[in-house]
Amino acid sequence: MPAFDPNAKKMLISGNEAISLSMRHCNVQFAAGYPGTPSTEILEDYSELGGYAQWAPNEKVAAEVALGAAFGHARSVVTMKMVGLNVASDVLYTATYTGVDGAMVWIVADDPGQGSSQNEQDTRNHAKASVCPMFEPSNSQEAYDFFRIAVQTSEKFKIPVILRMTTRVDHSKSIVVPKEELPAMVPNFERNIAGHVMVPGFSKPAGRRLRAKMDEMEAWNVAEGPNRVEMRSEDFGIIVSGISYHHVREAAPEASILKLGMTYPLPMQLIKDFAKKFEGKRLMVIEENDPWLAENIKAAGIQCESKFDPIFRFGELDVNRVRRIIAGDRNPDPVPVKGKPPMLCPGCPHRSSFAMLKELDCIVSGDIGCYTLAALPPISAMDYMIDMGAAIGMGIGLRNVLPREQAKKVVSVIGDSTFVHSGITGLVEAGYNRPDTGHVVVILDNSITAMTGQQEHPGTGRHLDHSPAYKLDYGAIAKTAGFDNVYEVNQVKEPEKFKELVKEALEKDELTLIVAKSPCILALKSILAWDKANKEKAEKALAESEAAAKKNGNF
Amino acid sequence: MSVVNVKFAGLGGTGVIKASDVMAELVFEQGYDVKKAEVHGMSQRGGSIASDVRFAKGEEVQSPMIPTGEADYLVVFDETQVVVNEAFLKQGGVLLTPADIDVSKLENVKALNVAMLGKLSKHFDFTVDQWTVALNKLFAEKFHEGNKKAFMLGREG
Ligand SMILES: Cc1ncc(C[n+]2csc(CCOP(=O)(O)OP(=O)(O)O)c2C)c(N)n1
Ligand code: SF4
Repeated sequence: MPAFDPNAKKMLISGNEAISLSMRHCNVQFAAGYPGTPSTEILEDYSELGGYAQWAPNEKVAAEVALGAAFGHARSVVTMKMVGLNVASDVLYTATYTGVDGAMVWIVADDPGQGSSQNEQDTRNHAKASVCPMFEPSNSQEAYDFFRIAVQTSEKFKIPVILRMTTRVDHSKSIVVPKEELPAMVPNFERNIAGHVMVPGFSKPAGRRLRAKMDEMEAWNVAEGPNRVEMRSEDFGIIVSGISYHHVREAAPEASILKLGMTYPLPMQLIKDFAKKFEGKRLMVIEENDPWLAENIKAAGIQCESKFDPIFRFGELDVNRVRRIIAGDRNPDPVPVKGKPPMLCPGCPHRSSFAMLKELDCIVSGDIGCYTLAALPPISAMDYMIDMGAAIGMGIGLRNVLPREQAKKVVSVIGDSTFVHSGITGLVEAGYNRPDTGHVVVILDNSITAMTGQQEHPGTGRHLDHSPAYKLDYGAIAKTAGFDNVYEVNQVKEPEKFKELVKEALEKDELTLIVAKSPCILALKSILAWDKANKEKAEKALAESEAAAKKNGNF
Repeated sequence: MSVVNVKFAGLGGTGVIKASDVMAELVFEQGYDVKKAEVHGMSQRGGSIASDVRFAKGEEVQSPMIPTGEADYLVVFDETQVVVNEAFLKQGGVLLTPADIDVSKLENVKALNVAMLGKLSKHFDFTVDQWTVALNKLFAEKFHEGNKKAFMLGREG
């Protein structure tokens, strides 16, 4: 059950919960995604509210299945964190050309301040580069409302739309008053080869159509977009979007505000009109992350002040920082007292894995997940980490150039969810461009996507809602890719065996996959409960079909 | 009335988020505008965690985060986290820590967060019944009895 009453007239919910509810009320037919903080809960909540959602192996696949659904005249959603959009951007940059037949909303969650991310990229750059309309909510009510507007805009203009969230909006709770349901769409195939097949002959005119559509959308945004002017002071105006709106209201209650809800294509006429009111007076743009609004507004010939980027483009904004931006304070941020960093849980299987890799003095080409914490003291046993799946490719690159005695120490270490996400092509690379010294890949199979809060993936044998699914066989993939050896070992129960396997593998000039299989301690109770429920359900179904067969005399 | 700021802090697994959810639910039910912020993301246990609850009547709460030096109450569930968060407390603000509770009388140490809410409750006019409704809404039924005791221990102790 969801953590809130979906039937209440007024509720206190997070931005993510608000989106999941809005998805239900907009009668979304299909939702896919790949977990990633702070976006993960949206699909989980949506599923608990009775919506249909699935985890894909990665964001690119998630976007493709959602796009297919939108081609079939459905309303679809794809969710991801901002780095996921790098993986899925290939889909987006051409899906804007084709547009959609139903509706498609890309919910992309940025993480200013890097609470849980490997970089601090700003999705607004992708929106502009891919020519994809974008909305930026600033609280839960707007998350609810803007999702609906995103759906309606997508339908009206037949184009995918980005709902750009940020951690603070995803995870903060505020009050939401829901609206009535939108009538559902009726999925249907309609042939339109020139509109859907992006060979150059069809895609060149599509690119031009897209730009023309943007002009139309900008005019719509100026006239009807979810933007608002709040006039107070006649001497001081501020242009904002997203969460910055609330920080600004608190830091400068006297200031007039142009609050932008749809930030691509920007409603330039609205901005010009607002700017005009403050000619010769003070006009500022206040925004988190990149100086994106400021650059675009200045490029349109509008003069305004913006934040001092050497300091304020990094990290989240808050009321104090906004006060400092307004005051023109260029001093470095005060250094907060350091809290206690997160650590691997006591009894975590990753502890055993890295203790052994450390004892063997391996060069560890690592990856992203709970296990990345092994890069920090006191373990300090991971040497590289860039993006999901990179462990294998980077390991092969190192093996190719390092002197033999160093090359033979290189191990690629990757979590199970991360392996499925984008490690498989790495194995194919290893088999195809096999380094002279061979290679050793360790999959840390804790049977869950632990880092983001225990999500299923194609290797767990369960779907998003924990119902049974086909379970991927990592060893079989490695064999097919050309690996010589495949081993599975419980590194917690048999640490010495794990160590011996890695040691032997390092000595050979062969390709070896070692699956270190031991469940996430934090997830173990849930995993056992899900498996038990699935087994009981299967047994019950079997008993029922046997009884039916008996009754029909088919035995 | 201006915005009331309550900051909860502790280590992962000490019930910080739950306590802030109870406080937020309570004031929501009493018709306040309310915003609640928290930082969560990493699954692993044990790191510093904090959660802000801000509420007001007749006025909108703007930022979900309490600015430094503006918390009216700082409720800390682990003594080590006092130094990490005390800069948020305003001058003359109220600091509550586990030292304010007779922890030896707690039947279940996990209910410390609820006992701290009991302690906090003395600073507001909300009734025990109102607090109980919020607590019961956020906890599974099997905890209701124990929570009531822990809450009263904090409130009366
Ligand atoms: C492209 C991309 N998508 C999503 C994420 C968020 N993310 C970080 S690690 C991770 C998965 C970790 O799962 P797994 O590899 O099984 O390791 P575990 O945390 O279970 O140890 C995810 C989804 C990301 N960093 N990059
Ligand atoms: S959540 Fe699981 S995988 Fe992550 S640190 Fe804890 S036990 Fe390890």
